[in-house]
Amino acid sequence: MIKNVFEGTVAYSQVMDENGKIDEQLFPKDVDDSMILEMYKKMAFARALDAKILSLQRQGRAVTYAPMVGQEATQVGAAMAMGPKDFLVPNFRQHGVFLAMGFPLEDIILGWRGYEESQKIPKDIRTLPIAVPVSTQMPHGAGVAYAQKYLKTGGAVLAWVGDGGTSEGDFYEAINFAGAKKVPMVTIIENNGWAISVPRGEQTGAQTLAQKAFAAGISGMQVDGNDVIGVYKAVKEALEAARSNNVPCVIECLTYRMSMHTTADDPGKYRLESDVAPWLPRDPILRVRKYLESKGLWDGAKEAALGEEQLKRINAAVEVAEQFKPDPKGMFDNVYSFMPEILQEELDAALAANWWQQAKEE
Amino acid sequence: MMMNMVTALNNAMDQILQSNEKAVVLGEDVGKDGGVFRVTDGLVKKYGPDRVIDTPLAESSIIGVAVGMSAAGMLPIPEIQFAGFMLLSFSQLVNHAARFRSRTRSSIPVPMIVRTPVSGGVRTLEHHSDSPEVYYSHIGGLVVVEPSTPYDAKGLMIKASRMQDPVVFLEPTKLYRLFKQEVPEDMYEVPIGKASTVREGNDLSIITHGTMVPVVKNAVEKKGVDAEIIDLRTINPLDEKAILDTARKTGRVIVVHEASLTFGPGAEIAARIAEKAMFDLKAPILRVASASLPYPFPGYENYYIPNELKVAQAIDKIMSV
Repeated sequence: MIKNVFEGTVAYSQVMDENGKIDEQLFPKDVDDSMILEMYKKMAFARALDAKILSLQRQGRAVTYAPMVGQEATQVGAAMAMGPKDFLVPNFRQHGVFLAMGFPLEDIILGWRGYEESQKIPKDIRTLPIAVPVSTQMPHGAGVAYAQKYLKTGGAVLAWVGDGGTSEGDFYEAINFAGAKKVPMVTIIENNGWAISVPRGEQTGAQTLAQKAFAAGISGMQVDGNDVIGVYKAVKEALEAARSNNVPCVIECLTYRMSMHTTADDPGKYRLESDVAPWLPRDPILRVRKYLESKGLWDGAKEAALGEEQLKRINAAVEVAEQFKPDPKGMFDNVYSFMPEILQEELDAALAANWWQQAKEE
Repeated sequence: MMMNMVTALNNAMDQILQSNEKAVVLGEDVGKDGGVFRVTDGLVKKYGPDRVIDTPLAESSIIGVAVGMSAAGMLPIPEIQFAGFMLLSFSQLVNHAARFRSRTRSSIPVPMIVRTPVSGGVRTLEHHSDSPEVYYSHIGGLVVVEPSTPYDAKGLMIKASRMQDPVVFLEPTKLYRLFKQEVPEDMYEVPIGKASTVREGNDLSIITHGTMVPVVKNAVEKKGVDAEIIDLRTINPLDEKAILDTARKTGRVIVVHEASLTFGPGAEIAARIAEKAMFDLKAPILRVASASLPYPFPGYENYYIPNELKVAQAIDKIMSV
């Protein structure tokens, strides 16, 4: 006897196509033109900030930087779908989300200048700090989601991972926990096509990354990750289901890493311009601009004014970030809830020997 | 041929792959990209993707797969992209790679060379600058080496490839391209378990390794003291003889390392000297190390890593006794 015991399908959805045309049937009821305009401005801001930090890095005014250009729709769309009680569990390429959540701009910049003070999370921003080792944040996401349910906060979790990160054990373990314990965790797989030099097709034999959800007993879907409205709609619905019924799920957003992995690598080593070319017309910002222009809501003058205003804000924040005075004592003060005597001794010795002065001059 | 540490390591792996068809390189971005520091550059072109393997992004499986390959007769040379990410494979290294030989009474040894860049000083992001030599030295079963020169890097790598043990091969990022030196084009071995005397001296001994070797050399040169400088090269097993010999010779010992002070490699070295050469000392042993804290973000690393001034202050202190 043979019978079919499992069937799963992965649906792909898109609300706004690359020409700015809307699929009326899928268009979410809570979105109007003023909100689309807001999405547009947030995406433009994320891109302007990205260009700024990249240029600071090239001038030696920022540390190794991970650009997010091309991925604005996934990040802004998802962030705008979050409710006030929802919690973000980010990876490291997440400044579009942080911006849309209202994370202080100067702290985002300070982070890329290499100071822990940038990760001091403001009380009103519900997020964990960035996580660098890839996918290690995912079990935290399951834990934060368990806490939302246990503490009855009424919030859900938006946990974030890249395409490469879905190969890590932590990814499977986290979504499996979420499925087993039915906790309100929505996982975004920001599939930008590349894990440094390894393309998505070589990362796994699986046809989609979303289908990995089935192994955890939860649902998985794909969405055009360059369609800000499509991402918004998918994440909004998923977070609502998570909040009201503790239904975890996985949303794979198909986007593209238009730039390098970080400023430390050279994509010319491993990919061709012809790999990137098909993604140019799929730009997440361009399609919204086409839509807004077709509605008579946007034009060249408005674009120029927006660019100027955003750059002004960014430059002001850079100035604040660059005025930050590091205090190495902070390294010692924040390691434990108390100061061990032997650590105090190390701190006193460093101060007495005045060797931080030379360190500063280096 | 003049080589920096990157070219010396690349040359060593090239020769190992050339001479041992059971050898493979595996890791994240080691193929087409040639590794994030270009240490495996060009190898995939020469040996193909079955021998220079771009793995999925999953560190635990990189080491776990290497254990399996090795147990089945291959010689894997896995690369973990950064020392901080190697902790994701800690269980495979500690629970399996380190124990296979002893728990099978040597019937299934798992020779492999686990390469990873270590230590800081080059303003990298979080988890890219750790100095983890003691984690792997503490358990037994893993050989841990850390070269500070291109010559030692190649020779230790060749030696490791001819051993029947899992070798954790730590490569100081800061020294990758710091300087070039003459490196023989033939395959040669640098002994594992043997320290080198970088500078002979009579007044004091400085025992160090990795990124701190050039810092110590500069500090000693500027102070003009007659210091003996020992580069451990192998962290486990320690060259205890070299340590005790220099301690007995000068009677003054400073241990300098970038790993943090508390439970760092200096603790083991100082303990062995205290046990076996205490009465030959003229002054208490000093340790110069990073603060007993998690490695900070890059903006603070200069305040964290020992610098020449800190070494010079220790020299003054020990010479004043």
